[in-house]
Amino acid sequence: MIVKKVATAGTLESSDILITVEKEEGDNGIRIHLESPVKKQFGDQIKQVIRDTAEFVGVKNAKITAIDKGALDCVIKARTSTALYRACDSTSYIWEKK
Amino acid sequence: MINNDIKNLPKFGKLDVEHPLFTNERVYKDIKSCKEREEFESKVLFSIEDAIEKSQLKSGMTISFHHHFRDGDFVLNKVMEVIAKKGIKDLTLAASSLLSVHSPLIEHVKNGVITRIETSGLRGELAEAVSKGLLDIPVVFRSHGGRAYAIKNGDIKIDVAFLGAPSCDSFGNANGYSRDHDNGIICGSLGYAKTDAQYASCVIVLTDNLVPFPNVPAGIFQSDVDYVVKVDAIGDPNGIMSGATRFTKNPKELLIAETTAEVIEQSGVFKDGFSFQMGSGGASLATARFLREKMLKKNIKADFVLGGITGVIVKLHEEGLIKKILDVQSFDLEAAKSLKNNRFHQQMSAYYYASPNNPGTAVNQLDVVILSALEVDVDYNVNVLTGSDGSIRGAIGGHQDTAAGASVSIIVCPLTRGRIASVVDKVNTIVTPGKTVDIVVTDQGVAINPLRTDLIERFKNSNINLTTIENLRDKAMSLVGRGKSIEYTDKVVGIVTYRDGSVIDLIYQVKDQDEDD
Amino acid sequence: MGDRLRRTMMFVPGNNPGMVKDAYIYKCDSIMFDLEDSVLLSEKDAARYLVYNSLRAIDYGDKELVVRINNPRTECGIMDIKAMVASKIDVIRLPKTENVDDVLICEKEIEKAEIEFEIEQGSTKMMAAIESAEGVLNARDIAKASKRLIAIALGAEDYVTDLKTTRYADGVELMFARSMLLHAARSAKIDALDTVYSNLNDEEGFRNEVLLIKKLGFDGKSIINPRQIEPIVEIFTPSRKEIDKALEIMDAIEEAKIKKSGVVSLNGKMIDMPIVLRAQRTIQLAKAARVL
Repeated sequence: MIVKKVATAGTLESSDILITVEKEEGDNGIRIHLESPVKKQFGDQIKQVIRDTAEFVGVKNAKITAIDKGALDCVIKARTSTALYRACDSTSYIWEKK
Repeated sequence: MINNDIKNLPKFGKLDVEHPLFTNERVYKDIKSCKEREEFESKVLFSIEDAIEKSQLKSGMTISFHHHFRDGDFVLNKVMEVIAKKGIKDLTLAASSLLSVHSPLIEHVKNGVITRIETSGLRGELAEAVSKGLLDIPVVFRSHGGRAYAIKNGDIKIDVAFLGAPSCDSFGNANGYSRDHDNGIICGSLGYAKTDAQYASCVIVLTDNLVPFPNVPAGIFQSDVDYVVKVDAIGDPNGIMSGATRFTKNPKELLIAETTAEVIEQSGVFKDGFSFQMGSGGASLATARFLREKMLKKNIKADFVLGGITGVIVKLHEEGLIKKILDVQSFDLEAAKSLKNNRFHQQMSAYYYASPNNPGTAVNQLDVVILSALEVDVDYNVNVLTGSDGSIRGAIGGHQDTAAGASVSIIVCPLTRGRIASVVDKVNTIVTPGKTVDIVVTDQGVAINPLRTDLIERFKNSNINLTTIENLRDKAMSLVGRGKSIEYTDKVVGIVTYRDGSVIDLIYQVKDQDEDD
Repeated sequence: MGDRLRRTMMFVPGNNPGMVKDAYIYKCDSIMFDLEDSVLLSEKDAARYLVYNSLRAIDYGDKELVVRINNPRTECGIMDIKAMVASKIDVIRLPKTENVDDVLICEKEIEKAEIEFEIEQGSTKMMAAIESAEGVLNARDIAKASKRLIAIALGAEDYVTDLKTTRYADGVELMFARSMLLHAARSAKIDALDTVYSNLNDEEGFRNEVLLIKKLGFDGKSIINPRQIEPIVEIFTPSRKEIDKALEIMDAIEEAKIKKSGVVSLNGKMIDMPIVLRAQRTIQLAKAARVL
C-alpha cells in the first residue's frame, strides 16, 4: 500500500496514542517520531510495534508521528493500522484468526 | 532578716539556685493598655529584611519552612529572595516538604545561596533539576516523623524557621485560620510548623493577618516565637486549598475503594472504637464512603482518625461516626473549617503525629492505615518518591511512619497506570520497608504479606479475591511488557532515610537519554 | 437456558482504550464492546481495530464477550462481523432487530466468516436487541430465528421514541414490551435481558427497575457503568432461606437417585420439575454471588 494523504488515528487521552501518518518521498522506509512518558523504558518497543504493523499492512514508506499517552501494544497496533489504512485510502483490511 | 531565715531552711545547701533578695527596684509596672502594648511592645516587624537582620542569619546556617500552603505558598520564595539579596550563602534548607511552586529554588542553588536540602518530598521543576544533579550534596529525604525526630535529637539543627501563618497576634500566637479577621486565607492545621517553632533557635512568623491578642486557639504559641513579620500576602488561597474534595467517579478507583473497605471489615480490627488514617487520593476518599456504610450497618464507631484530614473524614465526624480527629495537615477547606469549629478536631505537631522515639506517637495508636504507592515490589517494599523513569516526583510524607505504626497497613494502587506497572520485581527506590506493609489492594486482586500469617488465616474463607504479590507482578508485566531498565550515572542525588535516620536507599542521577529523532 | 448467568452485561464504548483494556476487572457477567451507537461514524474503523486487537491481546478471564455490531446490511456491519468472528468473540449482538430476516442476514455473515477463518461452525453465538414496535411484535419469531441466539434484549431508548412516549420512572410504558420479550425468550428457551438505566445518579430508581425486571423473570440487564453491577447482583442473589430450601431440594434429589426412586419428595411433599429447576437456578445465583 502507498500513503496518499495525511491521516491520523487515536486520541491524546490516557492509555491511547495519537498516530499521524504522512507521505514519505523516496525510499526511506518507515520513519518514526515518538513522544511518550515511558519512552525510556518502552520507546524501542513502541517503535518496533509501529514498524511491524506497517510491515504487516504492507506500507513500505511513511513518516509516522506517535504521541503516546501510555498505550498498550494492542492499542498501538490498532491505532497504527487504522491510521495507515486511512492514509492509503484503503479498506482492504487483513483480519487474522486469533 | 529574710536572708537568715532562708539560710536556716533545712537542706538549704541542696537548693542550687541563688535566691537574690527582693527589692522594689526589681519591679517594673507597665501601665500601657493591651492595645498600646500591641503597638509599642510587640514582636511585629514590617519587613522580611528586618527580621532576617534580627535573626542573625549567617552563611552556613540552616533555615526551615513548612508546606501547609502547598502550591499556593508565597512565603518560601519571598524569604529566599531577600536572603539571596543580602548575600547570605551556603545555607541548608530543611523544609517539611517542597512543591512545584518552589521552583525558584533552582536559581538559589545555582547561585550558592542553598547548598543542602532536607525535605520530605520534591515535585515539579525542582524535582526534575535535583534528579538531574542540581546539587553537589545529595538531598536528604525524611518522613514527617523522621524529620521531627531529627529536629528533636539535633540531627537537624534549625537556626531560623520562617513560618507563614494565616493569623497571628502581635506576640506570636499564630494559627492556620482566624477567628477574628477571616480574610479568606486558611490552611487549617499548622502541624508541621509546630515542631519547627518548638525547636528552632529563632522563629519568625510571617502573616498577612495581624489579629488582636490573644489569638486563641493557637497552633504556634508566643513562647516559641521571636518575631512576627507583617507581609502583604502569604499565599494564593486557591493554591493553598483545593476547595471541597469531591468523590471520584473513576470506576477503577471505586472498585479499589470498595475492595479496601471490604478488606478493612474483615481484617479483625473493624470493631467499635477502632482508629484509622487515610490519604487524600481518590481511592482513599472513596474507601471512607464505603467504610461509612459498613460502620452504619454494623453500628461501629471510630474513636479517632488522624493524619492529613479531608472533608470526607469531617463529615463522618460530624455524623458521630468518628469521635475525635487529630489533624497534622488539613487537605481541604472543609477540613480546615472543621478544625476551626469542631471541639474534638484538634491539630497536632509532626512530632506528636509520627516521631519514632515516643510510645505515645499518634501513628502507633492506629489500627488501620490506607496508603498509596507509586510502586510495590514482591518483597512488599514501597516507593512513593521516584517515578518509573527514575526521577524524583513525590514525598515520603507519613508513609513510613504510619505503615510501621498501624496494626494493619494497606497499600492501595491500580495494578497499572497507563503503561506503568505498580507491582514490580524491585521498586526503583525503597521508601517504606516491606516488613511494615501488610496488604496490597489493587483493581486485580489483593495480596497479603506472608509475614502476616494471622491475616492470611483470617482472609482464607472470605470472599476477597486473594492472590499473591508475584501473581500481581506477573499480571502487570503481561499487560505492559518488560521495559528497559532506567540508566543512572554513579552520582547520588538523594539519600532516603528511614524514620529513625538510617539510610534505606540512595537515588542516583538519571542518565540523559539520547534523542534519536 | 444455558449455564451462564447474564445478570449484568456491561457496555464498553469500543473506541475508548482505557475502558476496553480494563473492562475485565469489574464483576459483570458479560462485557459488551460497542461498535455501534457510542462510536462516531468517522471512527467505526478505529473502534473495530481497537476491539479486534484488544480481544487478541488481553485476557478477559471467564467473562462472556459480546460485541454490538453495526447494521449487518451495511459494509461497516459486515466488516465488524468478520473482524469479530476472526477474534473468536463469544456473542455478536445485533442491534435494532425488526424481523427474522435481520437475524438471518447476520447469521449468514457469521457463517461466512466462520468458514473463512476456519472456526467451528455455530460457535459464534448471537443475541438480538429489539428496539422498535415492529421488533417487539415479531419478538417470538426473532427469538426462534437462529440456533445461535442465546438471548434477546430490549433497547428501550429507540423503542419508546417509536411508541411516541418517553421513559418513565414506573416503567409502565415498557410493560408490554418487557412481557412480550420475556415470553418470546422463554418460548425459545433463551435468555431475556432488560434495557439500560441511564441515570447513573438515581440509585433508587435503578434499584426499583432491577426489582421490577427480576419479578418479571428477566435474566439480567444491560448496564452502562460498573457502579450498576453491585445493586443488580445484590437483588438477584437469593436469600439465605431460599438457598437453604434449594439445598434441601437438591439433597432430596440425590437421595432419590441413590434409592433409584422415580419420585422425589421432601418432608412428605412431592417435588416436581419446576421446583427442581428453580432450586437449580437459586444455587447457581448463590454460587455466582459467592454466598454459597
